[in-house]
Amino acid sequence: MSTIAAIRQGRQGYLLSAPALALYISLLAIPLLLTLVLSFNVFDYSSGINGDAYTLGHYSSLLGDPYFYEIFLRTMWISALTTFLCVVIGVPEAYILSRMGAPWRSIFLILILTPLLISVVVRAFGWSLLLGADGLVNQTLQAFGGSPMKLLYTPFAVVIALVHVMLPFMIIPVWTSLQKLDPAAQQAAMSLGASHFTVMRQVVLPQIMPGVLSGTLIVFGLAASSFAIPGLLGGRRIKMVATLIYDQYLSELNWPMGAAIAVALLLLNLLIMLSWNRMIEGRYKKSLG
Amino acid sequence: MAFVQLEGLGKRYGEIDAVVATNLSVEKGEFVSLLGPSGCGKTTTLQMIAGFVEVSSGRIVLDGRDITHAKPASRGLGVVFQSYALFPHMTVKDNVAFGLRMRKVPTAELQQRVDRVLKLVRLNQHAERYPRELSGGQRQRVALARALVIEPPVLLLDEPLSNLDANLREEMQFEIRRIQREVGITTLMVTHDQSEALSISDRVVVMQAGRITQIDAPYTLYEHPRTEFISGFVGKANLLPGERDGAGVVQVNSGGELTLSLRPEKIDLRDKGQGRLQGHIVSRFFLGSQWLYGVSTPLGELSVVRRNDGSAPLNEGTAVGLDWDATLLRVLTVDEVPA
Repeated sequence: MSTIAAIRQGRQGYLLSAPALALYISLLAIPLLLTLVLSFNVFDYSSGINGDAYTLGHYSSLLGDPYFYEIFLRTMWISALTTFLCVVIGVPEAYILSRMGAPWRSIFLILILTPLLISVVVRAFGWSLLLGADGLVNQTLQAFGGSPMKLLYTPFAVVIALVHVMLPFMIIPVWTSLQKLDPAAQQAAMSLGASHFTVMRQVVLPQIMPGVLSGTLIVFGLAASSFAIPGLLGGRRIKMVATLIYDQYLSELNWPMGAAIAVALLLLNLLIMLSWNRMIEGRYKKSLG
Repeated sequence: MAFVQLEGLGKRYGEIDAVVATNLSVEKGEFVSLLGPSGCGKTTTLQMIAGFVEVSSGRIVLDGRDITHAKPASRGLGVVFQSYALFPHMTVKDNVAFGLRMRKVPTAELQQRVDRVLKLVRLNQHAERYPRELSGGQRQRVALARALVIEPPVLLLDEPLSNLDANLREEMQFEIRRIQREVGITTLMVTHDQSEALSISDRVVVMQAGRITQIDAPYTLYEHPRTEFISGFVGKANLLPGERDGAGVVQVNSGGELTLSLRPEKIDLRDKGQGRLQGHIVSRFFLGSQWLYGVSTPLGELSVVRRNDGSAPLNEGTAVGLDWDATLLRVLTVDEVPA
C-alpha cells in the first residue's frame, strides 16, 4: 500500500508508465489529433488538400446534408438493434453456460469464442454465401415451394452478421459477472417463495447489470464503427458511417471530409455511450458499489 | 407423530451413497443439531429437507404433510446458508422483506413484520444499509431475520457460524439460541463443530459416512458416547483397555479386550506412588481457564485437564499418580461404520 502511494506521488510513476504512454501518444493521440486538424483543412477537387487554409465547411455540409443524416441514423439504429439482439441472445446464453457441468462448460465457451479466431471478412463472405440470391436459404425456400427473397444487401443481412460477430463481446463480460454470483442466493430466494422467473428477474439480473452494461458498450461501439460487414453485406446501397468514410478517402479522395465524418462519428459514439453508461450505472451504482 | 419426520431418507450420487436410510423425528420447538465430519451427509440431509437436493429414497413429512417432492418455494421453510446468501443489491430491509413480498403481504403489515424481526436480531439501526457495509456477524443476523420473517414452521441452519471468527462465533451461538427460544421455532442446524452443537442444541444427531450413529441430549452424548469415533469427535477422550470384574464392574486392565473411554477432566493428579496408575508429565499446555497435561503411563500417553485454580502448575518430567472414579469409565462399542 505504502509503496503504491509513494509511486503515485513521485515521478517514478510517470517513468514506469512511460513506455505505455509513448505507445498511446504515438499510436492514438497523434493520429487522432492529425485527423482533427485534417478535418478543418480546405479541400478542392482540382488542387487537392490545402494544408495551410482552414475552414468549417466540411462540418457545415455534414450538418446541412440529409444524405449524411440518413447514413448516421441508419448506423445508429443498426448498432442499437445489434446491441439489443446481443443482450437478448447473449445474456441467457451466458447464464446457461454458467450453469453447465464441468466438461461441457469449457467446450461451449471455446465454441462461442472460435468465431473470433476467423477473420471478419471470411465470416462476412460465409454469410453472403448463405443469404445470396441463390444461397442456401433461398434454395431451401424454393425447395419448399416458396419464392426467393432478397436477403443479401439489406439491413437484415448486416444486423444478423453483426450479431454473429459481436455476440462473444456480450457473453464474456456477462459470464464474468455471473461467476461472481453466490448460487446460494438463488436457493435462498427460492426457499423464500420466489419462482424461477422471479429469481432471474429480481436476484440474478440486477447483479449482472455491470456485465451487461460493459457488454452493450463494447458491442455498440464496435458495431457503430464496423466496416467489413456493412461493406460486404450491405453493398453499395446500405451504407454505414465507416463505409462512407472509406468512400470519402478512397473514391472521392476528399480526405478532409472523411476526417470530419470520422470525428463526428467519434463524438456521437462517445456521447451515446457516456450517457448510456451514466443512466445504467446511476441506477445500479449505489447498490452494487 | 413428530413435527418433522425423516423416514428412511436416502441420497445416492451415482455409485456413492451420500445419505443412507436415515430416520429422525424432531418435535415442535426443538433445536436439533446434525453433527459430523465433512462428507458425512449432514448437509445433504439438510438440503433434501430444504428441497434443493432431490430425494433418492424415503420420505420427509412436515406436520403431517408429505413434502418429499415439493418445490423449495412451496415448503415455506426458513433457510440460513453458510455463505449468508444475502442479495447484495438490496438493502437489509429489502433483503428481509423479500419473502413477504413473494407472499404479497400488504405494505403496512410488511413494514411492521420487518421492523419487528430486525429488532429481534438487533439490526433495526442498519435497515437501510447494504450487505457489503455490514460485518460478518451482522450479515449472519440479516440472513437469520430474512429466514424468520416469513414465520416458517422449521428453521434450517447450514453451518451458520463457520465463517465467523472465534469470539464472534461464541457470541452468535448464544444469540441464535436466544432468538430460537424467543420465537419457539423448530430448528435443525448442521455443524461440524462439536462445541457449537453441544452448547445450543436440545438434541445432537451424530452422523458418520451417511448414517446416524447416535442421537442424544448434549450432556448424555458427552458422558455416554457410544463408539470410539464419537468419544473422540465429541470432546477429548482417553482410550484405555479394560474388562469387567467378577461383580460386573468395569476396570482398567492392560490385558482386557474392552475399549474404555475416560474424559481428561475426570482424571485426578496425585503424588507419586498414589492412585491407580503411575506416570510422568511429558507435555503441558496452558489453555487459560485450565491446564492440559500429557502424562506418559504404561497404558500409553493420557491427556489430563486440571482447572487453573491459581496454584503453580506441575513441571514437565514430574512423576505423578493418576486416579479416577471407576463409575466414570464408559465402555465403547467398535465402530460399525468405517470412518
